[in-house]
Amino acid sequence: MNTLWLLVDLTLASLLLGLAAAATLTRDLKRGVVLFIAFGLLLAVVWARLRAPDLALAEAAIGAGVAGALLLAALRNEVAIEQPRPSPVAVPPRALDMLILVLGATMAWALLESFRAADPARLASQAYAALDTSGVSNPVTAVLLNYRAYDTLLELAVILAAVLGVLSLAPAQAAFRPAGPVLSSLVRWLVPLLIVTSGYLLWVGGHAPGGAFQAGATLAAAAVLLRLGGMSRAGLPGNAMLRGVLGLGIAVFCAVGLLVVLAGHNVLQYPPAWAGGLILLIETAATLSIAAALALAYLGGRPQGWDQTTAQMPSTSRGDTA
Amino acid sequence: MIDAVAIALIMLGLVFFIAGSVGLLRLPDLHSRLHALTKADNLGLGLLVAGVALLERSVVEALQLLLVWLLVLAASAASAHLIAQHARPRGESE
Repeated sequence: MNTLWLLVDLTLASLLLGLAAAATLTRDLKRGVVLFIAFGLLLAVVWARLRAPDLALAEAAIGAGVAGALLLAALRNEVAIEQPRPSPVAVPPRALDMLILVLGATMAWALLESFRAADPARLASQAYAALDTSGVSNPVTAVLLNYRAYDTLLELAVILAAVLGVLSLAPAQAAFRPAGPVLSSLVRWLVPLLIVTSGYLLWVGGHAPGGAFQAGATLAAAAVLLRLGGMSRAGLPGNAMLRGVLGLGIAVFCAVGLLVVLAGHNVLQYPPAWAGGLILLIETAATLSIAAALALAYLGGRPQGWDQTTAQMPSTSRGDTA
Repeated sequence: MIDAVAIALIMLGLVFFIAGSVGLLRLPDLHSRLHALTKADNLGLGLLVAGVALLERSVVEALQLLLVWLLVLAASAASAHLIAQHARPRGESE
């Protein structure tokens, strides 16, 4: 039985390496993207095999699903220029190679150091020991939203920064023409199912693999489907509301983090009795923000009418979001 | 006895997957390749799911597996349709 598993593992590992090499080495961009999506799906299987279902879910939803959709959308916008364009800054030919070598060596060194320095067994046992006070029974969620909530807050800030980048691009392209009957009926079936699944992943994150990032990516997948079905806004709310939703995750996270100070705790140090509810509150807000951010990234620019709302921002937005 | 039936179902499912893969690689044109591929998706996965559901011996697990199969059925039928339609000559209207 063990040799059989070894065979499975070796097959998985070599397929993964082969796909990674094929995806990076191919000259055909579309082929590269498709290989990258296959790589992401296989990586999800590998995480599942390593008994890391949280990572498997996140990889399947974000790495293969949403990232694949984003890359395909970027390809659609790519005008057919494949020739290398002259780079705006003159880079000495070997400099880039050297830089990559140095970066690679640094990362390899950091990885080796982390193996020696960290005692994963001790860290894990500490995480398990404090689980009772964390408000959730899923250790991964406890780490993400409680022990190192600060880190997750900054991740949300990174996503928001990326969205600001998307919004600074040109207006989003028009959607595809309305889909034929087969795709539209598939969209009609799948979108409600995806919304329910997203809610389930959000709720289940407290005690089993799941959580805000997986739920947000699933919700964003529903938006991608809607856009493919011909809805140019991909189901996103009106612009004033959209602003609110994009900032909601960070706003709620910060508000909770500061409010616990009033109760005499440190920033982001939840009182154990309230921790479960507070984490669910933060994760709900984060799910909506992440989903809106990913959907906006798929749109690839400012949604229709965004510039008008900017001009009237002070007067209209308050009334609309209230 | 149930295990033997389950293993037989899984083996039969794998035969469809192998046939589908061979068809995908060997058949000459897009439409017949799609035909080979959807057989693997539909029948192969269906037999596999039936076999695994028998091994699990739990109604909830079996229903979840059934849901997976139905979703794959819908997705593969729709995507095969889309690919086939996209491949039609441009001049041909609906």
